[in-house]
This record gives sequence, C-alpha cells and structure tokens, in this order.
Amino acid sequence: MAILLCRVDDRLIHGQVVVGWGAQLRLAFIAVIDDELSDSGWEQDLYRAGLPDGLEARFVNVDDAVELIPQWNDSNESGCLLTRDLATMRRLAERQVLDGIDVNLGGLHDAPGRERVLPYLFLSDADLQELRRLSRTGVRVNAQDVPSARKIGLDELLGPTST
Amino acid sequence: MNKDVQGILVGHGRLAEGMLNAVEEITGSREGLYPIDNSGLTPEALEERLSEVAGGGPSVVFVDLPSGSCAFAARRLQHRRTDMAVVCGVNLPLLLDFMFHRSLTLDEIVERLRTHIGVSIEHSNGDSAVPGR
Repeated sequence: MAILLCRVDDRLIHGQVVVGWGAQLRLAFIAVIDDELSDSGWEQDLYRAGLPDGLEARFVNVDDAVELIPQWNDSNESGCLLTRDLATMRRLAERQVLDGIDVNLGGLHDAPGRERVLPYLFLSDADLQELRRLSRTGVRVNAQDVPSARKIGLDELLGPTST
Repeated sequence: MNKDVQGILVGHGRLAEGMLNAVEEITGSREGLYPIDNSGLTPEALEERLSEVAGGGPSVVFVDLPSGSCAFAARRLQHRRTDMAVVCGVNLPLLLDFMFHRSLTLDEIVERLRTHIGVSIEHSNGDSAVPGR
C-alpha cells in the first residue's frame, strides 16, 4: 500500500511528520488535503521551503483528493495524507477513499473549548462529534504522535461506547 | 531607545530556553534574546506568541528544524513583515555571534550570519570542512 500514514494534525507538515514518521516510513510525498491551502500558493511555498531532498509536498482540495487518493494508493511511492482537522478527514472517509486505511490522530493542540485527552490531543465537543462520525464510516482510528509511542485505539481514548 | 536587533529563539521541547541558558552561562547575559517553546501550541497560537514577542522592532528569528512548526510559524509572520529574518538550524556559535553584533543593521546581521554559520566537521582521518566556505 502506498499510503502509509493518514494523519490528522493541526500543524500539518512539521518535525514529527517529516523527521519522526518521514524517515521511518521513507516517505516520498506528503499530501496535504486542505481546501484553503490548496488555493494559497504563498503558504504552499512556506511549507515546501523546509523539506529535505527527496520529499515532495502536494496540496489538494477534498474533491481532487477523492480522485487522487486511489491513484496514490496504487503507485509505488510511499506517501502520507495530512488534514489539519477531523472534519476534512471525515469528509474523505465518507467518500470512501480511506477504506482499509487507518486514521492516525497525531496532533490537535489546546484551543478555546478543547479539553486535554492526551498531551498532544485536545478535543472540543464538536471534535468529539466529528470523531464519532469519522468512526461510523468504518475506518479505524487511533492516536499516536510519533512512531515510538503506543498506539491508542478509539475505545480506549473515548470509552467503549465512543461510536 | 534601544534599536538593537532582537533575537527570538523558537524551538521544539526546551531547546530555546536551554540554548539561552547556555548563552547566559558563556556571556553572562541574554539581553535582547527571547525564548519560545512550541510545546502544546497550535500553529495559530505559536505565530501569535511569536508576533507578541517580536513586537514592532527588527528581529532575527532563530529556529531549529527547517521543516518544523517553529519555522513555519516564523515564515508566516515574516510574510507580513519587512524587518524580520528567519534562520533555520540554529546553533550556539551562530547565536553567540549574533549576540555580539546586535547593534548592526538587520541587513548587515543577515550577511554576517551567512558567513558565520558556526558549523565545522572534523574527521579523525584528517579531513576537515567548514560547510558553506
């Protein structure tokens, strides 16, 4: 499978993804799925500026991602999908392009209305609703910030009645 | 009014405070240098914190990883300003050189940092190199 990591992380491309996961999984590309960023050339340049050689960043909106994810998954390149929020990942899952792919909760940081669930995971009521909707699409969801950390399943995270 | 260029160090974990602690141990001062840790901060919160610390004066923002959240927050803020330089891959010699030349203009400091990157590699077989020279 070419998509080796499918991650919700409000920092998008950053150290844990590029160095922590990127080196371990030998990623060739990181695909940021974000309607706003896909339309902002200067912000894309900021993210591309710091990438190591051999790692490509792609920025696409949800509609284009629905077309591209199956192609990426069939390619020989190893890649990572990133969304900055749960809603975007849920939209992808509802369009059935994440079947068979685990969703990794890698970083949603503290903000007004959010409560701490893990050191790297803070969730609001709206986030919890999105998480339940995401889980109901059938994808497996777990939390893990870096490869060496323990993978925590949704039941453990939110309780066995989480879905 | 002090118009020296200020240095803001933004890093992962406790790197920023740790490096400024080392600067203070060596020079006896950390004047004009400010640490920010990225721990637990959203990208928006980190950029806001950086903006608060930078204030209105000329600044050099030192960050650790070129592809990290600290670098992206710095570049985003830099996009809105004309008096800010971002240095990725900070190290102690670089920071110390900046510390002693803060009274130069921002342009002069940037030029200086480009030729004083503070890194050398010395192999036991006798091969030595100073990258960038």
